[in-house]
Amino acid sequence: MTHIELRGVQKWFGSVQVIKDMNLEIAGNEFIVMLGQSGCGKTTTLRAVAGLETIDEGDILIDGKPVQHLKASDRDIAMVFQSFSLYPHMTVYENVAFPLRATGMSRADIDTSVREVARVLRITDLLDRKPSALSGGDMQRVAIGRALVRKPKAMLMDEPIGALDAKLREQMRAEIKRLHMKQGSTTIYVTHDQVEAMSLADRIVIMHEGVLQQVGTPDEVYARPQSLFVAQFVGSPVMNVSEATLKDEGGAVRVHYDPGDAGFEFPRELLGKLNGHGAGGLSLGIRPEGVLVSREPQAGYVPVEAHIIEPLGSHDIVDLKVGEGMLRARTPAGFVPRPGEVVHARIDPAQAHFFDTGSGKSLGIRL
Amino acid sequence: MAAVKTTSEVTLNRLAVVAVLIITIIFLAPIYWITATAFKPRNLATTIPPTVVFEPEISPFVKLFLRRSQLREQPTAEEYAEAPWWERLVFDGGEKIVRDGKGNVQLSGYPSRFMNSLIVAISSTVLAVGMGTLTAYGFSRFKVAGEQDWLFFILSTRMLPPVVVAIPMFLMYRWFGLNDTHLGLIILYTAFNLSFSVWLMKGFIDEIPKEYEEAALVDGYTRMEAFFKIVLPEAATGIAATAVFCFLIAWNEYAFALIMTRRDAQTAPPFIPSQVGSGLPDWTVIAAGTFLFLIPVAIFTFLLRNHLLRGMSFGAIRK
Repeated sequence: MTHIELRGVQKWFGSVQVIKDMNLEIAGNEFIVMLGQSGCGKTTTLRAVAGLETIDEGDILIDGKPVQHLKASDRDIAMVFQSFSLYPHMTVYENVAFPLRATGMSRADIDTSVREVARVLRITDLLDRKPSALSGGDMQRVAIGRALVRKPKAMLMDEPIGALDAKLREQMRAEIKRLHMKQGSTTIYVTHDQVEAMSLADRIVIMHEGVLQQVGTPDEVYARPQSLFVAQFVGSPVMNVSEATLKDEGGAVRVHYDPGDAGFEFPRELLGKLNGHGAGGLSLGIRPEGVLVSREPQAGYVPVEAHIIEPLGSHDIVDLKVGEGMLRARTPAGFVPRPGEVVHARIDPAQAHFFDTGSGKSLGIRL
Repeated sequence: MAAVKTTSEVTLNRLAVVAVLIITIIFLAPIYWITATAFKPRNLATTIPPTVVFEPEISPFVKLFLRRSQLREQPTAEEYAEAPWWERLVFDGGEKIVRDGKGNVQLSGYPSRFMNSLIVAISSTVLAVGMGTLTAYGFSRFKVAGEQDWLFFILSTRMLPPVVVAIPMFLMYRWFGLNDTHLGLIILYTAFNLSFSVWLMKGFIDEIPKEYEEAALVDGYTRMEAFFKIVLPEAATGIAATAVFCFLIAWNEYAFALIMTRRDAQTAPPFIPSQVGSGLPDWTVIAAGTFLFLIPVAIFTFLLRNHLLRGMSFGAIRK
């Protein structure tokens, strides 16, 4: 039950600030995923927690004690690297036993611990092999085993499955989840893959250019993104975003997704909720599943032309031509038979997000 | 799938085998020559054309190891009969073994020169490789102010032919009393080899991913422990290759050994050619000395052959 806290952490590489005033609390046994593009500072943050990177300002606390001045070896934290970093001159057994040897544990106890971890990770058969004789998935299991064997205060994982192929990645994702549920140690996991983040995390931490953007459960960051960046970073396909203009038409409000379109109908209460917000310009965001498509004309639906259809088996992603812009919609497979077809679409007000274009902040309006 | 070779491929293959054979013969010929001469009787060593078939004998080695002098008069039949077999070999060559007052044989200068060579070459190799590895590690892993300048400076010590500095070195060594001492030669050879060792080892250590050490650091080891437990085993190939090169240079060095040493610390290379025997040069003794001198290098290289082969290509191909 290790509690980790970052307080006002700042880090520069020369004149470039890679971590900007980072504040984060991680509860015991929590699985935190740091998500962001490469170069956003997520790996540097992780390495700072591990003690492989110094910080210029702020505190890193483990169980309430500041550790930023402690050496990596004194922090009792384990880390899994993207390249696995298995020691090539040692067998799998020796690799897993290596962290225990540092503690001066007896041979018999080491053997018990190594075999126990090997059993949990199903690598018992591989113990006598050298890392070079292992497959990618097995290497990763061994790397996790080496991290787990010491029962560290916390586990840090730096894109641990990024080097594996897609199918194996999916399998290992499930395995990491299973393992965390079983072992339950505080974990910080770094990735640029939002699917990994969504599927693994208790809470997701989204970073951009050294700044923490949003912290929340996968559900929260997906359904209530606090900024345009988060809105467009999380979710696949990407959320449709465009600058919107409003027209008050008595009974309803028309929101123009594109200046050239006919405008989508929204309930009047939107005006009251907006109430002067969005001074820097208003942006409308809508996820593809929030774009409702109908083959027949319906009240409130606007006729649009299907431009590109991406069949994905379980569903299709259809690009609808709205004025000069594109609106991507998610439809049942084969719903729109061919490109060029005219269908009818509307934006589900309940799933619409409104942002201030200037600041990029969400206006927090829910209809 | 079985490899099917065309006729032209077979021909090329055979030509390559022949070429390799010829090259091998050219490279091995001097070694054969030295080895053969080391086992020849003295009168067959310089025949023209060279004697290829002969009865090998051990007398050059007996002469190499023992002090002897020119016979003034032939030994008497009794002396000859009483002498052990190896002394008779020396008598047969027209020389006698020098004995002290108690009648004990005395060793020639060769064994001590050979030992000097071993002491100097091994010590300087250990020092040069050890210091070179640590220096290279520092340059490879830490931010060193003026790193490129330092590395260039280290390399620049090799830009001058060493013999150019022989006279100043000699005068400096005389001043410090290092002439004709083991320590003097060890320092000299270590200094020669150090720049080479630093550059070679830096190449090898740069190839070892930093993450191995970082993994060891988070696994609870200090940087020093990580160096010894992770970096050194990973760099074993590089260390072996560097050691062979340093050893060869120190073992074969001739010019400075000739200038800086006379007796106490003299190594084998300047000593062997001085074994001209009494009277005309005794090429069999020189060959025997050379033959023995080749053996440690052969053993050393043989033991490290796997590392050496990998080391050559490993260090050569850089990103």
